Amino acid sequence: MMIREQLKNKSKPFSILSLVLMWSLILNYQSTVWAAEFEVGQKNKAFSVPVLKIKQGDTVKFTNNDPFFHNVFSLSDAKFFDLGSFPQGEFRQVTFDKKGTVEVECAIHPTMKLKIIVE
Amino acid sequence: MWKELNGRVKYLLKTILLLIGGTSVGYSAADHDYVFEAGHSSLQEWLLPDLPPIPDDNRPTASRIELGKKLFFDPRLSGHGNMSCATCHSPMLGWSDGLATARGFKSQILPRATPTIVNVAYNSIQMWDGRKRSLEDQAIGPMEAVAEMHANLAELIPWLGNNEGYKSLFKSAYPNEGINRSTLAKAIASFERTIISNDSPFDQWVKGNSTALSKQQILGFKLFVSEDKGNCAVCHSAPNFTDNGFHNIGLKSFGNEPPDLGRFSQKPLAIMKGAFKTPTLRDITLTAPYFHDGSITTLTDVVDHYVRGGDIKTNLSPNMKTSLDLNSEEVAAIIAFLQALEGTPKPITLPMLPL
Repeated sequence: MMIREQLKNKSKPFSILSLVLMWSLILNYQSTVWAAEFEVGQKNKAFSVPVLKIKQGDTVKFTNNDPFFHNVFSLSDAKFFDLGSFPQGEFRQVTFDKKGTVEVECAIHPTMKLKIIVE
Repeated sequence: MWKELNGRVKYLLKTILLLIGGTSVGYSAADHDYVFEAGHSSLQEWLLPDLPPIPDDNRPTASRIELGKKLFFDPRLSGHGNMSCATCHSPMLGWSDGLATARGFKSQILPRATPTIVNVAYNSIQMWDGRKRSLEDQAIGPMEAVAEMHANLAELIPWLGNNEGYKSLFKSAYPNEGINRSTLAKAIASFERTIISNDSPFDQWVKGNSTALSKQQILGFKLFVSEDKGNCAVCHSAPNFTDNGFHNIGLKSFGNEPPDLGRFSQKPLAIMKGAFKTPTLRDITLTAPYFHDGSITTLTDVVDHYVRGGDIKTNLSPNMKTSLDLNSEEVAAIIAFLQALEGTPKPITLPMLPL
């Protein structure tokens, strides 16, 4: 009886730790499963869509389909990034970790504009 | 089918086609398959639309254009009453000024060349650094700039309102809108939209006149659009010979201390340091000297600049090559083609200004 109680008491912190670990694993698994990847092309000096709605944590893959360099950047508060310039066939990815509206542009060709709404 | 070929085969075919040099061979440039025959459907993207983009609240009318023309040529709009828009954008000098860089208020030397206003109506962004979006937005900028026309709109607007001639012209052009910053800009923009060059020998050839271009000029066009040769059309793209984009082309002046950072002042990204808007090449023969700093005076020197890939290459546009494989005959052909971009000169009647 005493041994059983001792074991019971000793296992308590162990059990809490296990639960926390399991929960974090579940959360991690869920976020991996839920996070989606969207592809946006760059063709004829335009993004393939003018507006894109995504969820927080999603990733957008920008692919250059034009036979010259494009750049992708945003100076928006919700996501500030500069992916630099890259040629035809190459891509760059960004994960949007904050909710808000992100205005994406090509620095070289300013008529290229894309609004990403992160929900 | 062309897209399915791998790069090496494509390159070989393109080289063979270029060497053949005929006028009717297919050729790919900047993802386009061109057939170099007068009037061929593949070339039609090089024709400008009949009308440029026009904002809904400023549709062109004869009275708006007439008012805009008078304002454009009226030196009394400037701070000292001696500079009009046409002082720098002169129809006698290709709607530019023939100077390396502009002269402003009290003849001070300005840092950038006066861009031509030919076909600015087709541009989606204005000024060398793109700081203005529309013609309406742009029209007042140089007028108010202290270094340029130095106009004081707080005085100018009442002066226009007290001028019987202008009062009547504004009333006719913009009834119920009054005389103000907005109608002043709209009128000037309306006039600027009439400065169009769209009937060059090249345009005539694209429309089907097979004798409008010489064989040398057709070769020049092939080289112009060829990614492997001139690589010009990657930025000077159809139909107005501009991508409305921004590029650092490696001018010597980028090595000045401090350099003119150009577009970087509007978009603070490394790639934009020393980048300037791609100008149109239509009427290029009328608008020397060239580049935003006016540093080059002949088309031969312009092409040579690109052949050596510029001079200061520390932040070259990724769309510019560090050298071009062009021999002297090919350079001459490209220049001959550029000469074919000059539209038929249109006589202009100077307006009588209301006293």
